[in-house]
Amino acid sequence: MPEPHPNSDAPPTVITNGVIKQFGRFAALRGVTAEFAAGRLYVILGDNGAGKTTLLRTIAGLAQPTRGSISVLGAKEIKTVCSQIGYMAHPSLLYDEMSGMENLRYFAELYGIHDDAANSTCREAITSVKLDPELNRPVGQYSQGMRQRMSLARALLNDPKLLLLDEPFSNVDFHSAQEMAGLLAQMRDHEKTLLVVTHQPGLLESVADEFIWMNSGKIVDRTSKLRAGSQ
Amino acid sequence: MTLLAVLRATLAKDLRLEWRSKDAINAMLFFSLLVVVIFSFAFEPTAEESRRIAGGLVWVAFLFAASVVLNQTWARELHNHVLDAYRVSPAPANSLFLAKAFGNFMFMIVLEALMTPLFIAFYRLRAVGPAWELLPIAILGTWALVVNGTFFAAISLRTRSREVMLPLLLFPISVPALLGMVNATTAVLTGEESSRFWITLLVAYDVVFTIACLLLFETILEAE
Repeated sequence: MPEPHPNSDAPPTVITNGVIKQFGRFAALRGVTAEFAAGRLYVILGDNGAGKTTLLRTIAGLAQPTRGSISVLGAKEIKTVCSQIGYMAHPSLLYDEMSGMENLRYFAELYGIHDDAANSTCREAITSVKLDPELNRPVGQYSQGMRQRMSLARALLNDPKLLLLDEPFSNVDFHSAQEMAGLLAQMRDHEKTLLVVTHQPGLLESVADEFIWMNSGKIVDRTSKLRAGSQ
Repeated sequence: MTLLAVLRATLAKDLRLEWRSKDAINAMLFFSLLVVVIFSFAFEPTAEESRRIAGGLVWVAFLFAASVVLNQTWARELHNHVLDAYRVSPAPANSLFLAKAFGNFMFMIVLEALMTPLFIAFYRLRAVGPAWELLPIAILGTWALVVNGTFFAAISLRTRSREVMLPLLLFPISVPALLGMVNATTAVLTGEESSRFWITLLVAYDVVFTIACLLLFETILEAE
């Protein structure tokens, strides 16, 4: 079992209660009940179509549960706490025609960060993912890995308490992925809650608090260690 | 966070993207140019006939051109799922809607400013009535097209054939506004009647549909 976290008495950051999500006749989530404690890093694993992305989208408020309820940071209405959530999706969520800095400046405005504060926040976010804030190329001309890191920088802009990351390491080279994993561990140490969907759990093996296994829209297991052969 | 700050940022971002790509403005310009040239060759109208048909020609050309820019404005938000980044942020939905509507309004006004001299030249147009009234007619008519167009383009955003869906939704609901624009323009060009009734109709149409779109847009944005 992992070491008891100093913040283990705090109320859970996310509580899902019997969450069912249907798309027409297809049920992507089939009664997901779980709690995700504050200041912990969770790795969500499972085959394609297991419901991992749908779970993240539902917690982010991008999809409404067909049945069941979700509470995020103590609120049932996710829109009221969305300024404290960072969301990184599989697509980059960035405008290809603008530079990384221009993208982040725009998204900073959406979170009420303006002028000089926006400049320094964006620079900080870009530097934290090991990219150059002065890089003036449009994001569309970035490599896949750079785009992925810029996408992570966008998710970090609002200094979120809850970070939902969908495949943050895809197309990122091993060295950069390790650096990103280190950054995620640092964020966990700063009392942030992280839910990370990945097919490369080995990168987070040493830093994750819990591994959550999904299959056919359900959580089938929660373990503190990565199972042999799942890397 | 204020509605205005996000509106300004989103509008600036859209103008910057359009300035770099020029996709929408180029498509609208070529389309309108084709309409002007083809109709002038097809009809070869006299000055008198021109005054009677120009109102209809001008606004139909602008209506079709508008559907080009309206689709384009939301297509940008679909690429890389950028709209999701807006949806997970605390930014107000109506800031996005108004920024898109104002952006489209500006593109349309630029198009109208560029096309009007061509219409005048090709159709030998001269207003018999008070020409200054064409300015409020243009502003009110353009807003009528873009406010509904921006809204219905957002509705058709997630449909598979959105290029077809937008005209199907937009054109029928634009009929009262189109009647107002065409009749008001014709009244000014021919000088045979007052355009006041049609201008009042346009004002009422703009107020009603702007309020309705603002009330409903958040539901559209959050729809899955």
